[in-house]
Amino acid sequence: MSEGIDEGLRRELQRQGVWVSSVQELYNWGRKNSIWPLQFGLACCAIEMIATAASRYDIARFGGEVFRPSPRQADLMIVAGTVTKKMAPQIVRLYNQMADPKYVIAMGACAISGGPFKQGYNVLKGIDRYIPVDVYIPGCPPRPEALLHAFMELQRKIDEQKLSGSDKAAHLDPEQPSEFPVPSFGKHDLEPPANSDVFRPMTIERG
Amino acid sequence: MFIVIFIGVALVFPLIPLALAWLWRQIFQPPKPGPQKNAIYECGVESLGEAQIQFRSQYYLYAIIFLIFDVEAIFLVPFAVAFTGLPVGAFISILVFLLLLIEGLIWAWSKGCLQWES
Repeated sequence: MSEGIDEGLRRELQRQGVWVSSVQELYNWGRKNSIWPLQFGLACCAIEMIATAASRYDIARFGGEVFRPSPRQADLMIVAGTVTKKMAPQIVRLYNQMADPKYVIAMGACAISGGPFKQGYNVLKGIDRYIPVDVYIPGCPPRPEALLHAFMELQRKIDEQKLSGSDKAAHLDPEQPSEFPVPSFGKHDLEPPANSDVFRPMTIERG
Repeated sequence: MFIVIFIGVALVFPLIPLALAWLWRQIFQPPKPGPQKNAIYECGVESLGEAQIQFRSQYYLYAIIFLIFDVEAIFLVPFAVAFTGLPVGAFISILVFLLLLIEGLIWAWSKGCLQWES
């Protein structure tokens, strides 16, 4: 649907005042400029998220100022802060309740790996154990500029998503799941400790 | 004639985006419903029990006491200030008001509401 037009020809046409687009480009252009985040903060990173939404850093410049208090209306979940094991099932449930297409930014050291509390008995070592994360931001906490950068990276990712074909976006594929299993409280840990369909940790190769 | 045109525009204008959204869903976006996505409560916490629970009716006694000792005083103070200049009709109506509340006071008293020490 999209690869129909040559980039050079398009630029030539643009110079003459003719704008050529495709359904996919219009779709992605509209989506990437109106990402509504879920109004949802967990710890100190949420303060940085609030600062990003406020006037000094102004996430409205990127179309992301409409923080929704309901997961039904949100496109983006910013996991801002330490995910305790008590909170993890609720986060997965909220993610499941969001309507497709949905994206996740894991903000800060805690959300991506457990951070300084990694050794804690009650801290989840990264939310990517249960839900697919699109953009990771390191930092403790990351500055608002880092969140804006992650937001722009997410916009770039959305812009590259395909509408059709074998490599189309996951939310357009009927085979891809929209809900992920919610962990339950086990005797010592969350059951299961990670969702192996989502969580693929990097293996360290020594040699 | 204009009204007919306005009604036509008012119908077509919201219907076009709805039809486009429906068409988009038919062609591209498969619906993916699920038990949690369709859940009624949307705060991440699982809902427990029934929604139709009974509210404790005992609180009506607090409402009566509040009316007697708070609201009644607000009406009594201006009544006492303007007492000498009041016509008979106003006097009778405030008396009816007082009697109604005194009846409530007797009711609350007989229910044991004014008992501090058990």
